[in-house]
Amino acid sequence: MTEVPALTITEPSQATRRAQQGKGYWQRVWERLQRDKVTLAMAAILALLLVMVVFPAWFTVHDPYQASVLHRLKPVGYPGHWLGTDEVGRDLWSRMVYGGRLSLVAGVLPVFLAFLIGGFLGILAGYAGGLINTVIMRLVDVLYAFPSILLAIAITGILGSGLKNTILALTIAFVPPLVRISEAVTAQARHLDFVEAARASGAGIFRILYYHILNNVLGPILVYATSLISVGIILAAGLSFLGLGVTPPNPEWGLMLNNLRQALWVDPVVAALPGVMIFITSMCFNLLSDGLRQAMDVRL
Amino acid sequence: MTPLLVVDGLTKHFPLRSGLFKRSSAVVQAVDNVSFEVNAGETLGIVGESGCGKSTTARLLMHLVPADHGTIVFGGTPVGASSRRVLYRQMQMVFQDSYASLNPRLPVAMSIAFGPLVHGIAGPAARARAMDLLQAVGLDPALFASRYPHELSGGQRQRVNVARALALEPRLLILDEAVSALDKSIEAQVLNLLIDLKARFDLTYIFISHDLNVVRFISDRVMVMYLGKIVELGPVDRIYRHPKHPYTTALLSAVPSMDPRRRTVKAPLSGDPPNPINPPSGCRFRTRCPFAEPICQEVSPVLNMVEDGGAVACHMLMPGSGHTRA
Repeated sequence: MTEVPALTITEPSQATRRAQQGKGYWQRVWERLQRDKVTLAMAAILALLLVMVVFPAWFTVHDPYQASVLHRLKPVGYPGHWLGTDEVGRDLWSRMVYGGRLSLVAGVLPVFLAFLIGGFLGILAGYAGGLINTVIMRLVDVLYAFPSILLAIAITGILGSGLKNTILALTIAFVPPLVRISEAVTAQARHLDFVEAARASGAGIFRILYYHILNNVLGPILVYATSLISVGIILAAGLSFLGLGVTPPNPEWGLMLNNLRQALWVDPVVAALPGVMIFITSMCFNLLSDGLRQAMDVRL
Repeated sequence: MTPLLVVDGLTKHFPLRSGLFKRSSAVVQAVDNVSFEVNAGETLGIVGESGCGKSTTARLLMHLVPADHGTIVFGGTPVGASSRRVLYRQMQMVFQDSYASLNPRLPVAMSIAFGPLVHGIAGPAARARAMDLLQAVGLDPALFASRYPHELSGGQRQRVNVARALALEPRLLILDEAVSALDKSIEAQVLNLLIDLKARFDLTYIFISHDLNVVRFISDRVMVMYLGKIVELGPVDRIYRHPKHPYTTALLSAVPSMDPRRRTVKAPLSGDPPNPINPPSGCRFRTRCPFAEPICQEVSPVLNMVEDGGAVACHMLMPGSGHTRA
């Protein structure tokens, strides 16, 4: 054997290296996000919305259920009701703020639940492969054959209307696309050498999933789930609009849109306002997921 | 002395599935009835063209793909799929792609400590071992431990991979094209490191490469594979000075020479190796062999001991085989 002096690599620019040293993936993502003003603005709007729906009393003076025969369908800017009133004289601003509660819950919660269920099934199918993969993916394909709105309508049609059933229906509608995406990214990661290397150290399936698969696949799944939130809000509003979701007199944006439909000729601005809220919220989530996707696309 | 690793009749055929009901229409004979031994403390080089089954052999030894037939005996104990967890403490592997074989989301020290953690070593002890190993492969732990793979160069990453493979204190290390993707200067550094580590940790290497010069530099014995079979096996000097099998001869004459007088004019081998889906009958090399005779088509030659060391699978070296040159 040849005599070899121990090679210790020393770096010329140690100061710059130290500044970067150990900067993890999420730190880099955060740095990139900070430079993306649009995404930050969207996040700020959503944060404000969140504060509004969690503490609606801070932002409103009127009771959202307080009807008034005298003050029906007042226009925007009416004294005491700055966004006007609805068809039974309830303050529209109060109802929009309180309505955000149900709309956001009905839009976000199903996506979150579907993210847990779909992510679990998809990662399992993608990693296990073989028979497990075939069973899970073909079952998902059955659900996938229906457009999500039809699926949601069919499920609420069977279960009946109400918030709980809306959430359940939307969760079922969102599981298939999330299984799909999770399966795809996991199957891709599974064949990488570092997973082989982990297997070659004798690690079991759960340890490999936890240490080596999850941190590589959660990002893309999360981004996709965020993009589904806007769809969720619109679908939830759609179900309420069709009378299959939240029931009156509860305030919910889709339901309000439906009730104000008759007022479209009297005061189109007031009638369109809940739609504007749906539009703003879903757009925020869309742009946020776009920004997240870009920020997370760090070339490592 | 019993060899450290005894491989007998290792076979892996990959069925190619096609059609609606996934009938297996054809079979790729990636590794076919391969038997060899590795002695403790030696370096066995495995060479051959791409697709000859070098890497599949490595994966079979590591039980990363299940073998169809064959037995693997390590240190006197037969190893099966159920006992592979024990095997992994004795035998580890370094992959070719230094980047793909490290998790991009884990600091390198964590990648190294992962194996010991899996085998029940407590967190602080596993981390301490990772630090020691980084030092051993020539990377300052203070500088490199918390870095991520993308912050390292190819050579540094491959050092990390070597450290990771050593983390379970194996006796045998399989190096599957471990230096092939590196620059020549870095390759030399890593090769020297490997030689250094071998002496220091009392290791045995199986060194797989398509680079004949590198294999000659590092190996004690060499195994030449062609289309999933061993064609020649022997001490490195004998193989490189006096190759016996026509394929080895052709392979070695393809090595670019620094000596102008020894430059080859004509390509020693033409064409690609035959498709392993339907390998030629008899001797698999006969379609490209200048000495092929009818007997080569009929009978598959077996590995036969030759006088100055090693074994060769060729009818020409088997007296009474029916080949005119025998």
